[in-house]
Amino acid sequence: MTVILYIAMGIALLTTVIALTRLNAIHALLYLITSLLAIAVVFFLLGAHFAAALEVIIYAGAIMVLFVFTVMMLNLGPPAIEQERRWFVPGMWAGPGIFLLMLLGEIIYLVYNLRGIETSGTGGSPSEVGVSLYTTYLLGIEISSMLLLAGVVGAYHLGRRAILPVAEEPTRPLLLTEGRKS
Amino acid sequence: MFPYPLIWFVIALPLAGYIVLALTGSRMPHRAVTIIGAGTVGVSLALALLISFWYFIAPPPGLVYTDTLWTWVRVGNFTPGIAVYLDPLAVVMMLVVTFVGFLIHLYSVEYMGDDRGYSRFFAYMNLFVGAMLILVLANNLLFLFLGWEGVGLCSYLLIGFWYTDLNNVHAANKAFIVTRIGDTSLAVGLFLLFTHLGTLNIQEILARAAAQWPVGFGLAIATAALVLGGAVGKSAQLPLQVWLPDAMAGPTPVSALIHAATMVTAGVYLIARLYVIFQLAPPVMLLTAIIGAATLLLSATSALVQRDIKRVLAYSTISQVGYMFLGLGAGAWSAAIFHLMTHAFFKALLFLAAGAVILGLHHEQDIFRMGGLRKSMPLAFWTFLIGASSLAAVPFITAGYFSKDEILAGVWNAYGGTGHLLWVAGLLGAFLTAIYAFRLVFLVFFGEERRSPEKRPGLLIAVPLVILAALAIGGGWVQIPKTVAGLPLFGHFLHGAFTLARTKTDAGAPGMLAGAAAIASLGGIALAYLLYLVLPAFRRRLAEQPIWTAMGRFLITGWGFDWLYEWLIVRPYLWLARVNRDDVIDLFYRGVSWTAALSYRGLQAAQTGNVRWYAAGVAAGALIILAFVVYGL
Amino acid sequence: MTPIPLDLGLLFAAVLFLLGALGVLVRRNIIFMLLSLEVMFNAAGLAFIVAGSRWGQPDGQVMFFFILTMAAAEVSVGLALVLRLRHLLGTLDVDAAATMRE
Repeated sequence: MTVILYIAMGIALLTTVIALTRLNAIHALLYLITSLLAIAVVFFLLGAHFAAALEVIIYAGAIMVLFVFTVMMLNLGPPAIEQERRWFVPGMWAGPGIFLLMLLGEIIYLVYNLRGIETSGTGGSPSEVGVSLYTTYLLGIEISSMLLLAGVVGAYHLGRRAILPVAEEPTRPLLLTEGRKS
Repeated sequence: MFPYPLIWFVIALPLAGYIVLALTGSRMPHRAVTIIGAGTVGVSLALALLISFWYFIAPPPGLVYTDTLWTWVRVGNFTPGIAVYLDPLAVVMMLVVTFVGFLIHLYSVEYMGDDRGYSRFFAYMNLFVGAMLILVLANNLLFLFLGWEGVGLCSYLLIGFWYTDLNNVHAANKAFIVTRIGDTSLAVGLFLLFTHLGTLNIQEILARAAAQWPVGFGLAIATAALVLGGAVGKSAQLPLQVWLPDAMAGPTPVSALIHAATMVTAGVYLIARLYVIFQLAPPVMLLTAIIGAATLLLSATSALVQRDIKRVLAYSTISQVGYMFLGLGAGAWSAAIFHLMTHAFFKALLFLAAGAVILGLHHEQDIFRMGGLRKSMPLAFWTFLIGASSLAAVPFITAGYFSKDEILAGVWNAYGGTGHLLWVAGLLGAFLTAIYAFRLVFLVFFGEERRSPEKRPGLLIAVPLVILAALAIGGGWVQIPKTVAGLPLFGHFLHGAFTLARTKTDAGAPGMLAGAAAIASLGGIALAYLLYLVLPAFRRRLAEQPIWTAMGRFLITGWGFDWLYEWLIVRPYLWLARVNRDDVIDLFYRGVSWTAALSYRGLQAAQTGNVRWYAAGVAAGALIILAFVVYGL
Repeated sequence: MTPIPLDLGLLFAAVLFLLGALGVLVRRNIIFMLLSLEVMFNAAGLAFIVAGSRWGQPDGQVMFFFILTMAAAEVSVGLALVLRLRHLLGTLDVDAAATMRE
């Protein structure tokens, strides 16, 4: 079992790295989906079955699909890939790389104290999770549903005007007395 | 008790006039300004006359009236009050100030009538009269110092009255700065007096000093010397006499009031008030006499060659105040005050008459461009002649003769042998005075007329001139020495103020000496007559000799003091200021602004608007916070 | 279902997180930045799961659930913004949106 775990972890890391270094957005997304699936395996092996299912269904299945649709809608063709190629200078990775290596070093130092502790092999069954959600964390559920509502409204509002041609966009903030044309 | 409390009104009315005129004068009609400006001083004069009259008839007990309005400062032992002290000396000074002041205010109504700054002028003049009255009536040295500073301020304001001309501004600055040196000396003297005698009340100081300090005591010498320094500054004596000739840049009424009759005599008054301290410091008294003698000779010689009519009179003032200092130094207190009074009359008269001439000739002040005005300006001629005669101390018929004679008599008796030397200096000075005074008369009023007067003086100029002329003649008859007729009213009167005086002020000199003074004065007039009227060609040939031209150049600058001070003090000081422009203290303030600018630039660099830059910032923050956590463990 | 060393799990999550951060800082295309952001969210969720597994309690999964919800809302709004930005600037270059500078 541990072997499968290590393989899954390795795939997740590898595909994430590859995803971040692609020039084509769709390619990157596909690699990222692969990474997410690998992580779902890791979840499963940790005993968090419900989380694994959620990862596949919602994260890989809804969020990433949304990404793919948006990228398709943006119609990024070869010119975009050309642009990415121009921007993709290896030298740029040096600065943030060193930075984040330092951060990694600090985290390693912090995690160092937790050597020798092992996970318990189970992360709670789905029913336990459900019960916990609706009793202990009920408030959290309600708030996140509001968050989703806010997201829906925001996305709807922001997405609405994208259909209008550029010329009709207001060039100055509208006064209260001026109505909106729509 | 009756009229004495009114003395507060004598002081307050001019000050109230100042406040009203300062706040609303520019919006008031001309006539209202006149009424307030001259009227307040007029009412003040009336009250002063009333009080003086009562003082003569029914003097208060001990010849002193004192009243305190409130305690100005109350810090431990230090409790000077707003208080007046009325004794014979104060009465004399008060009368001089209000009387001459009012006459000059009347004169100014006509003289300054066309000036745009009419209300400003009267505001300043009123403030001056108020401050001068505070000075002479003050009970304690702090209140006196208030008046002292006040007159200094008004002098500055009035010299630079026509401030659009930079020369006037420079003259005003010069006057103020030079007298400031004296003021500082005076202030230190006041500090010393308070520290060692515990009070600033004048009479208290005199009593305690007389009781506690022996003659020749070091502290007395120090204090007296410091007070002398202050007096020297204000009264334009050596070495601080350089400001007075330039102060003639102000309007003529200002020169008459401030720089002839009153402010320059403040120093004399101060020394007279603190006479006990001076008596306890014989070296300082000798110094005073020497300063007086030296100054009177220096300025008399300088007056001989001046071209500007007002500058002649300015040097003359310095010279006459030198006489007063000479008198003070010799211990002839009331003689000095007597000369102060007569000088106020005839010098104001001279200035006002000169003003009438200047006004008539449309602001011409060069005497070599005047001439023959005897016929066309008779009023100015006669009044000027009377003033000049009084200045030259023409015997018996002028007030100047009696007062100068008193001083000379007092000087002869002082210091044993040295007194004779000072007497000779005084005599020589009288001779020179007569020469330059009548040089003026002959050059301006005799000879051929080069410019005709365009304006005849009106009533408001004529009346003050006539009154002052009468006083310049008769003002001396209040003190006729024993050698003549023996009517020493003035000395007797003032004796009440100088109860602790050690010198006998009415000893009188041998008759031969009085005769010598008369001869000096008449001789001077005769010489002037010869040189300027009878033999003008001879004089001109004489003047062209190289020795006389060189000496003339030296004398016309007042013995080169301006040049000396310029190179000794002014330039080094300006150099120092220039070098010190970016000094250490400045560094602090510039450092503050530099730091602010630096942090601004730094923060500005952080606001790039670039999202990735901000993301990097967040990451850096996380790094740092984690570092705190890590290293804090 | 098998126990694994805790530090390994947390380290794995940390490495994923830092990889995502690297992507955010380096990539210039907004889409890729959002992508990297998703990687970071995921890594955080992974850390919670690992921690929950350590104690054997469902709290880890509950937190992961909330993170997921939040990521979903954020992505939808974020992508809508990307569309608007693309419309306004004509490009997906995030540096072109740097108009709020000094």
